[in-house]
Amino acid sequence: MDFQPIALPIALPLLAVGLLLCLRRAGEPVRHAINILSCVAQAVVAVILYLRVSADGVQALRSGSWPAPFGITLVADLFSAVMVLVTAVIGLGSALYAAGYGTGKFRGYFAPLYQALLLGVNGSFLTGDLFNLYVWFEVMLMSSFVLVALPGGRPQFEAAVKYLTLNFIASAFFLVGLGVLYGMTGTLNMADLSVKIAALGDNGLILSSAVLFLVAFGIKAGVFPFYFWLPSSYHVTPTPVAALFAGLLTKVGVYACARVFTLVYGGQQEFLAPLLLAIGVLTMITGVFGAASQFFIPRILSFHIISQIGYMIIGIGFFTRAALAATVFYVVHHILVKANLFLIGGVIGRRTGSQELSMTGGLYKKAPWLAILFLIPAMSLGGIPPLSGFFAKFVLVREGLAIGQGWVIAAALAVGLLTLYSMVKIWNEAFWKDAPLGDRQPDRKVPFLMLAPCVALAACTITFGIFPGVFLDVADRAAAQLTDPTAYIEAVLPSSPPSPAEP
Amino acid sequence: MENLLPIAIGILIACGSYLCMRRNLVRVLLGIMLFSQAANLLIFTAAGLSSGQPPIIAPDKLTIAGPHADPLPQALVLTAIVIGFAVLAFAIALVLRAYHKTGSDDLDTFRRSDS
Repeated sequence: MDFQPIALPIALPLLAVGLLLCLRRAGEPVRHAINILSCVAQAVVAVILYLRVSADGVQALRSGSWPAPFGITLVADLFSAVMVLVTAVIGLGSALYAAGYGTGKFRGYFAPLYQALLLGVNGSFLTGDLFNLYVWFEVMLMSSFVLVALPGGRPQFEAAVKYLTLNFIASAFFLVGLGVLYGMTGTLNMADLSVKIAALGDNGLILSSAVLFLVAFGIKAGVFPFYFWLPSSYHVTPTPVAALFAGLLTKVGVYACARVFTLVYGGQQEFLAPLLLAIGVLTMITGVFGAASQFFIPRILSFHIISQIGYMIIGIGFFTRAALAATVFYVVHHILVKANLFLIGGVIGRRTGSQELSMTGGLYKKAPWLAILFLIPAMSLGGIPPLSGFFAKFVLVREGLAIGQGWVIAAALAVGLLTLYSMVKIWNEAFWKDAPLGDRQPDRKVPFLMLAPCVALAACTITFGIFPGVFLDVADRAAAQLTDPTAYIEAVLPSSPPSPAEP
Repeated sequence: MENLLPIAIGILIACGSYLCMRRNLVRVLLGIMLFSQAANLLIFTAAGLSSGQPPIIAPDKLTIAGPHADPLPQALVLTAIVIGFAVLAFAIALVLRAYHKTGSDDLDTFRRSDS
């Protein structure tokens, strides 16, 4: 049995969850240290996995040596590997931040829940089986429910009820879609489904299962008209949790859309494309207008998650290689930038005592470096060159114009302008205007551990902007695997079945 | 059975949707409970029903002969029931705590996280 890096991003957090639950009485520094160490190990494994996939092509692991499509197959193509890598980076950043932020409200359960969340996210990215995807979704959601509710104030309980109810309904939709699809094809292995659905051709039940999946993933990704749970739950969580949710949870929904609608429903694109484009445009517009009316930093940022999800859905809706490359690039860029903005929002809150824009101010005089640190991800989100967001939008816009979707692109550009408006609003209120309380404005010290991840993530954003070619090339190769799933199917279902376990 | 179960699923989903849209939190809980049961039944039904045909391979054969019940959807439904049960148990505890904290089980009063 040779070394299989593909199972490790799942095994490591699982190990950490068990360890952390045993060490619940060991004191907060120890738990944070284990939490951080586990994230470092995941990052190392993710890099190894990425290098392996990049060099040798799609990797597949048959769990228990059961041949596909009977057993559960773990598959890592370039898109999965990149997502696992970004997950590890954000996981590490938020874990460091949490160590500085303090997680006393979670009564010792923060670190195990945090690792359980990473476990679910990594599992979702690596599985090659639709039912297994449902299971990983539930692992991820279960830990996120508890992370929302555990701090235990009234807003937290109210948010958790809404969050849980809508996501529970999404899971039911997912199950119904699975049932219909299994009834039609008799398999749930994604590669096998791809082959069988292509053989079945167009069929009402296949399309209805596709729409059921669209609803299920749409609720999780927070697209129009299913996003209402998102802005009423993310902002009540402590900053490190909010950053992790904002970076990862909705993107798992986007990943599932990209995976399922290119691989499984590759032949149904004529039906899906207009649906995805309309959803994407409406998501962008409603999200950005929602943000314009808010004055609490995490809520502004929550609405911007929604509007940015719209861009990614549009990229999937175009269904061309360049557009999918734009989506891959956009997802990675957005995870880094949005998590960073939440973290910096937390720093602003820590310094001035509030994240309510009417209560903040005067930070530019007191901390010009913090102002610049905020400007990097904020301008990147708005799409100002030469930061990562510009190249993400540029590739999408160029592809949209090339295939003649002018109205979609017009909406995307207008939304970009409004995004900038919201970012400038935060800038004006938190940094530029005078402190509302004058000399009595609190100015607390911010621990180094809270600042270091913000600086590191901002450096990532700048690196993406300086060397866009390198990253766009990776995104393009990932998109090539998405548009032409032959390699994926070949890795999962080899033409000649592999011999069972070597003696 | 093939004709009866879809009707039962339809009724469950209709009742579930109706209950989910009520303001009373306990009704919402009952609604999502019915919803997930309907989903489980649907997997079961969509995969095909058969009675008295266990999927057992005869001792002297390598493959199964003739029609047989598909064991996989039953395993899927079992997994889904367990997961649904766990989430529901958490949901009930959460609603109870939320009721103690807010003093209300009316969703219209759950506005604090929205403004």
